[in-house]
Amino acid sequence: MDTHSLVAIDDLNRHEILDLLDRASYFEKNPNSHLLDGKVVATLFFEPSTRTRLSFETAVNRLGGRVIGFSDASTSSTSKGETLKDTIKMVSNYADLIVMRHFLEGAARYATEVTQVPIVNAGDGANQHPSQTLLDLYSIRKTQGRLEGLTITMVGDLKYGRTVHSLVMAMRHFKPVFNFVSSRELAMPQEYLDLCDELGIEYHVYTDFSPEVINSSDILYMTRVQRERFSDIMEYERVKDLYTLRNDMLADSKPTLRILHPLPRVNEINIDVDDNPKAYYFEQAHNGLFARQAIITACLGINPEK
Amino acid sequence: MMSDKKTELAVAALAAGTVIDHIPSAALFKVVHILGIEHMSNGVTIGNNLPSRRLNRKGIIKIESVEFDRATLDRIAVVAPTATVNIIRNYQVASKTKVELPETLINTVACPNPKCITNNEPMKTRFDVIDAEGPVLICHYCGRTVCGDKARII
Ligand SMILES: [Zn+2]
Repeated sequence: MDTHSLVAIDDLNRHEILDLLDRASYFEKNPNSHLLDGKVVATLFFEPSTRTRLSFETAVNRLGGRVIGFSDASTSSTSKGETLKDTIKMVSNYADLIVMRHFLEGAARYATEVTQVPIVNAGDGANQHPSQTLLDLYSIRKTQGRLEGLTITMVGDLKYGRTVHSLVMAMRHFKPVFNFVSSRELAMPQEYLDLCDELGIEYHVYTDFSPEVINSSDILYMTRVQRERFSDIMEYERVKDLYTLRNDMLADSKPTLRILHPLPRVNEINIDVDDNPKAYYFEQAHNGLFARQAIITACLGINPEK
Repeated sequence: MMSDKKTELAVAALAAGTVIDHIPSAALFKVVHILGIEHMSNGVTIGNNLPSRRLNRKGIIKIESVEFDRATLDRIAVVAPTATVNIIRNYQVASKTKVELPETLINTVACPNPKCITNNEPMKTRFDVIDAEGPVLICHYCGRTVCGDKARII
């Protein structure tokens, strides 16, 4: 059986992404199974994240597997000064798969180097969170019926937001048009613009969150603009409401437009959008379950349709 | 022209050892540190801010009776990618090469990201060279990029 780790969405090619999405579709139709009968999955949360941990643990449970682990580093041997290497080696004696979240960047990549047990990265600091990106892709494909040739507008914090960077990396395989809407201070880093240039991907950079941009979009991907990201607090006060989506701004948008957000939101989507059928962020979070079932089975080399 | 000639003479005068030439002036003391010259008892000559056609201003280091290993030269390549290494044996230039960055640097450069796993776990760092000209390196673990002239050498 061919097992492998998933550390970063960038490590996957187009074929591997599509395979994971097809698996997720299967699990949406068949959420409960015994595919993980007799398997033990460890969920090691060196940094607490209830949302992500519950989603992974539900995924394992619905696949018929068992879960061991911890939800907070203060209750684990890490608090006694054990190295990550030693913790991973210890848990490797018990688990068939390790799902880990860590506050340090690169922790999951390093973990793959010290064990034969496949590692699933459930977030390493500000670095990578591939299951989030996979659920974003799944949500996009499910609502649009395809991934190819879509106009995707990303709004808010494009500088520090890891979800938008990963989404650019993942969507590069599918001939997108990107609109990057943000203040200058939180603009998409040059390396991603360079990558788009290199791959011939059309993109537009805006500081205005205008009706024209919204109306041309198939997907509006909203992100949080956090005060602590600003070196100049006046600049934050000036821009914080410029990138808030209100329901009236959607009046002339495409009927098929869907609004995504990695959640939790603060004020970047007004609650009057919630009842608009174009609001998709709550269902999006639900898709995380299927995406994680897909990742777990793929990493364990289990074919669900056999 | 005059100073270039002098440099040539000085190189020839070395019986055996290493001459590292074409070091960007700003990187000279980093190279001194990488070579561990502070702790050497060999004869050492250091020149800096010498005129250079290629670099505007360059530094040069001559060390008697030593040749340096690959790992040391890789470190120099990070901070001084233009440097050339002349090995002198028996008053002759036995070899003259430009330092060359390998594709991957293991335990050569410290990651500038305090939240990187490499700064919090007893382990080796690993950087991949994404632009050999700069040079620009990327941390294999956290993805942080670092320019050679800003890199902290381990
Ligand atoms: Zn790093």
